[in-house]
Amino acid sequence: MDPLGRPRSPASQAARGSRWADRNFYLLALLAALTILGLIALVGWELYRGCHLALAKFGPAFLANSSWDPVSDVYGALPFIFGTLVSSLIALIIAVPLGVATALFLTEMAPQAIRQPVITVIEMLAAVPSVIFGLWGIFVLIPWLRDHLFPWLHSTLGFLPFFSGPIYGVSMLAGGIIVAIMILPIITSVSREIIRSVPNLQREAAYALGSTHWEVIRIAVLSYAHRGIFGAAVLGLGRALGETMAVTMVIGNRPEISASLFAPGYTLASVIANEFTEATSDLYLSALFELGLVLLGITLIVNVIAQLMLRTFSGSSTGKT
Amino acid sequence: MPENSTLPIESGPAPAEAIKPQSPGQTADAPAFDVSNFSLWYGTRQALHDVTIQISKNRVTAIIGPSGCGKSTFLRALNRMHEVMPGTRMQGSLKLFGEDLYRPGLDAAEVRRRVGMVFQKSNPFPTMSIRENVLVGLKLNGIRDRALLQERLEGSLRMSALWDEVKDHLNRPGVSLSGGQQQRLCIARALAVEPDVLLMDEPCSALDPLATARIEELIQQLRLRYTVVIVTHNMQQAARCSDRTAFFYLGRLIEYADTRVLFTSPANPQTEAYVSGRFG
Repeated sequence: MDPLGRPRSPASQAARGSRWADRNFYLLALLAALTILGLIALVGWELYRGCHLALAKFGPAFLANSSWDPVSDVYGALPFIFGTLVSSLIALIIAVPLGVATALFLTEMAPQAIRQPVITVIEMLAAVPSVIFGLWGIFVLIPWLRDHLFPWLHSTLGFLPFFSGPIYGVSMLAGGIIVAIMILPIITSVSREIIRSVPNLQREAAYALGSTHWEVIRIAVLSYAHRGIFGAAVLGLGRALGETMAVTMVIGNRPEISASLFAPGYTLASVIANEFTEATSDLYLSALFELGLVLLGITLIVNVIAQLMLRTFSGSSTGKT
Repeated sequence: MPENSTLPIESGPAPAEAIKPQSPGQTADAPAFDVSNFSLWYGTRQALHDVTIQISKNRVTAIIGPSGCGKSTFLRALNRMHEVMPGTRMQGSLKLFGEDLYRPGLDAAEVRRRVGMVFQKSNPFPTMSIRENVLVGLKLNGIRDRALLQERLEGSLRMSALWDEVKDHLNRPGVSLSGGQQQRLCIARALAVEPDVLLMDEPCSALDPLATARIEELIQQLRLRYTVVIVTHNMQQAARCSDRTAFFYLGRLIEYADTRVLFTSPANPQTEAYVSGRFG
């Protein structure tokens, strides 16, 4: 008998069986989700535990100190934070216009026949291993930048502090360019989804006012999608901040803060990857751990912002418009 | 092309005498659209078959017919909106005040500036304020003169019977208005560029009866200055607010007559079956 006093029929037994399956599946899914949360918490905790020496010695001044001197055991994160932010910013400045323009071309202009091939190529770009980009950067990009683009920038825009000073080839700008290539696929594909979600009614409204194709894109598509595109850019920024291998190979790896983009730099991710094996003192290792914690913090914050922007975008597109 | 007079500034129903005809040379019954043997294809599917019709100036012409009969397609052909979709093809001639709208070299954007359109669902631009929504067409045409913009803003909002409701918060977003108000905002947006003709594609299908009544009242005032072509699913609406009605069925124009005649003594048995509710 079931709780309501009815005799148990085969049908209700089947329902009971599926309720069990439901319950089990629910628990399994919950476990999987909790594991991921647990892993993030564990990573954070381990990083925190690993850096307690550096935390105790330098305190919050670690973030503002610009010297990184393993010989005299003095460590500061500022050059790396600077390098990470500047190279990511360069990457965004290059990749966002390029990615959004590509997405617009693919959704609004390209003939049907070439859309899918171009999308496939862009997605393949995302599948190229980071170290391949690094190799290409060292042997192809850097010589070209050193011999052509940088001298030209130097002679035309040299009055700006960003484009002055000696040219080595390996540089903050080279790092930014490599990262731009690597975040281009995600920015393009997210923007493409966002632009595709703009209702056709919006485009028609603009067409009906006698707009040209470009005006339709400007007043109906971009103004509707701009928040989502901003979210795509922040998502790209999240990727750029953590990019390690290719950047390490072209950025020059010198912990300096220089206004010139031709000067070498260093990023949080690069210094951890480079110096982990040679960290001889406990304090040195601890300082590297703390850099890891800083990087994790920056990336988490940026990703949360990106998710929030994307969410408010999809919220507004299903609202009363 | 006739010269447009300025928009009337008085609100409410203006007496017919107060409004100058668009062009003194033309009588009210001169055709605005002169369509002959017009056919249209979506890819290989023919959506319109040899439509021949003359749509009178300063009249409200309703287009009725069951779903898929080509009435919306015909409406969109009148301002070349169908060209937004790839793979359409047309044949025949379609003239507005004697000028061929499909003449080679004539830009579709230019046609749409003269033939405004209001859609089934209201579609104000969500990032723009009420003011910006009304003026966006003028800004696209490069008009920067503040006095003129202000005049058109007030004029077209009064024409669309929205001025009194929004005059104190023109900077609020257009999408903050109610459904009926949004549709009237879209009408104001279409009127601000002073088109010759206003096309309406089932403008009330998403509105409640009260908002519908306001739009219908508005259509009565609009015809004093504009030629209005309205596609509707609702036969009572066609009967209430149009002067002439065209009945489409399976991509063909079946019957076109004065609204009263078409609804009371239709000549064609298919029309009779449709308007008496036997199919559709």
